[in-house]
Amino acid sequence: MSVVFKKPHALADVPLHYCPGCTHGIVHRLVAEVIDELGIEGKTIGVAPVGCSVFAYNYFNCDMVEAAHGRAPAVATGVKRANPDNIVFTYQGDGDLAAIGTAETVHAAGRSENITIIFINNAIYGMTGGQMAPTSLVDQVTQTTPYGRKPETQGYPIKVCEMLSALDGTTYAERVAVNNVKNIRNAKKAIKKAFENQINKKGFSIVEVLSTCPTNWGLAPTEALKWVEEKMMPVYPLGVYKDREDV
Amino acid sequence: MNHEIILAGFGGQGILFAGKLLVYTGMIFDKAVSWLPSYGPEMRGGTCNCHIILNDTAVGSPYVVTPTEAIVLNKPSFEKFEGSIVSGGKLFYDSSLCDNEHKRDDIEYIGIPATTMAYELEAAQLANMVITGKVLKETGMFELNDVFTALEKLIPPKRAQMLDINKKAIEAGFNF
Amino acid sequence: MEKVLMKGNEAIAEAAIRAGCRHFYGYPITPQTEVSAYMAKNMPKVGGLFMQAESEIAAINMVYGSASAGVRAMTSSSSPGISLKAEGISYIAGADLPCVILNIVRGGPGLGGIQPAQSDYFQATKGLAHGDFKLVVLAPSSIQECVDLTMEAFDIADQYRMPVMIMGDGMLGQMMEPVTFGSYEGRKLPEKTWATNGTGLKRAHNVINSLYIDPDTLEKTVLDRDKMYQKIKETEVKYETENIEDADIIMVAYGTIGRIVKNAMKKAREEGIKVGLIRPVTLWPFPEKVINEAADKAKAFISVEMSTGQMVEDVKLAVNGKAKVDFYGRTGGVIPSPDEILAKIKEVAGGIE
Repeated sequence: MSVVFKKPHALADVPLHYCPGCTHGIVHRLVAEVIDELGIEGKTIGVAPVGCSVFAYNYFNCDMVEAAHGRAPAVATGVKRANPDNIVFTYQGDGDLAAIGTAETVHAAGRSENITIIFINNAIYGMTGGQMAPTSLVDQVTQTTPYGRKPETQGYPIKVCEMLSALDGTTYAERVAVNNVKNIRNAKKAIKKAFENQINKKGFSIVEVLSTCPTNWGLAPTEALKWVEEKMMPVYPLGVYKDREDV
Repeated sequence: MNHEIILAGFGGQGILFAGKLLVYTGMIFDKAVSWLPSYGPEMRGGTCNCHIILNDTAVGSPYVVTPTEAIVLNKPSFEKFEGSIVSGGKLFYDSSLCDNEHKRDDIEYIGIPATTMAYELEAAQLANMVITGKVLKETGMFELNDVFTALEKLIPPKRAQMLDINKKAIEAGFNF
Repeated sequence: MEKVLMKGNEAIAEAAIRAGCRHFYGYPITPQTEVSAYMAKNMPKVGGLFMQAESEIAAINMVYGSASAGVRAMTSSSSPGISLKAEGISYIAGADLPCVILNIVRGGPGLGGIQPAQSDYFQATKGLAHGDFKLVVLAPSSIQECVDLTMEAFDIADQYRMPVMIMGDGMLGQMMEPVTFGSYEGRKLPEKTWATNGTGLKRAHNVINSLYIDPDTLEKTVLDRDKMYQKIKETEVKYETENIEDADIIMVAYGTIGRIVKNAMKKAREEGIKVGLIRPVTLWPFPEKVINEAADKAKAFISVEMSTGQMVEDVKLAVNGKAKVDFYGRTGGVIPSPDEILAKIKEVAGGIE
């Protein structure tokens, strides 16, 4: 019997701990498929964040390093500089990458560090139970913005791809989503390109993935997918923000 | 040999280098030596100093509180260190820059117009070497040639043209 | 072996390079910036990396990354910067990674000053950051010791898979003394089979991690590490003693103060006061055994420090009530003079006769 669907080799054969309807699992799978297709599992090192995907170090079959909250780009820098032939990626959420780890993110991009960042933007802190994220939308209700995120007190969402695309060091920045099949296919293309860029020594690549958090958004999984489309995409338009061909 | 020396002056007068030269000479001759500079923002334009120790056995504190010799190239340093020199010690000073009154009768004051002499040698920045020559003469701590050996090692090859004038400045001080 | 005249900061940097460190991550702060400058100039000559990180926090996390990858990595800073690195050091300890951290201590708290101090003793030896962990803390008191201990620090770190701190101060960092390189022989070290440098599809994946959600599992890792710490306490203690055999009063002092007190000891001996010195070279593990044994004969101890009294607590624990323990210190960047220390010796001598 021919196999038509199987788990990617780079994805460990263990149950993931994510909530029903959470799209972390999809993104994990896309990353693992790309690692398989590029044949780089044996030389890839992943850096896991603090946040919902903290256990990512158990989910990938490549070598993994668990970083402190926000520090993944600095840790990845250390790993990559030690063995430049390794392929190094970080997998980070919005609190990790765009709040506590903003400096590490911006400076890794500024140095055009030859690493790949997979950035999960679901507009909320998931692991700690649904607090405001730097990427939470205006008027979004969270545990720490019970009356909605108000610009006059909590400011505005941080747009990471737009921000990083202003830096000369950013080679590639694309925002994708995983809320439907078409977008998932595009997301995989972007992730693959971000890894290929590293293989070709092109420098800093980041893929921002609009993702869901049905549990903390208080929505059913299908409604959450709609929420990505209707609420997030107007604020975070999909597309390629930076793609330097000259490096 | 037991010299605990403070060298002091304005930043740019070559205080640290003069100290390093003596210490380096000491090292060549297997003396126990240390060189401790002042550091930080005070160095920028202000006074600077360094503490050097040359002795036969081992250096304890590298920090000199009561110097056996003080070598000063400006008035504030003269004032600052005159009182701390051990009884019977020596105060070397640049007499072209320091007209301070001599307040003690238990130390030896040795003035030399180092800056003026350096100008006459057309090497205004070498007052440090002129006064070093005088120190060598009065203390007998090293032979002139031994210091020249150290100088040859300390001046990098790309600045070799500086070697002769440094030697001349030291000799001028020595023969003053 | 050829003698060279070097500043402490530069000697430490050169020793690190000679110890095979090829990855240095730094951030400028007085009075240790010469370390970075030396690395920036000399690392490229040996194919190594100097990186000026965007922050102390990033620098220590880059060390974490390179240590994970199995190479010798180092960072250096001065007191306020070490506080910033605290988080990363805890993670390094929790993930059992080897690295070397240099602290050229300056006066504190806060921005403090830039002159020499020893007021980070508690931080280094007791509680640098959250969690049950230790650093081996080495305190050189001469430039030659800076060289020798730096080279050994990398071996200790690799042998036990733990962070090792070299603690000096601005005086040690800035002063020059003659040093020789090449006398250190090196230890036999285990292979780094745990490193995350790629599975090559030949082994199960390695994970560098300090997270253990299950309390029993976490407790076990902490207890295992503690067993290792107990072993280190037995095997890695280093100290110097001078004149302790007949001493009535024993001074305990480390680092630069460990040599300044020698001047005071000499003067005291000339005046007929029998003074000795125990100079801890490892601050952790602390040389408690030699102090405890010396307390059988000596009548009093004086802990001399550039702080308001930190190591004195360890001296008291080591003496364990067998003798009087006194303290003399200056802080904030003020260096105690031999005469001040002598005055304290005389005061203590008067009290015990």
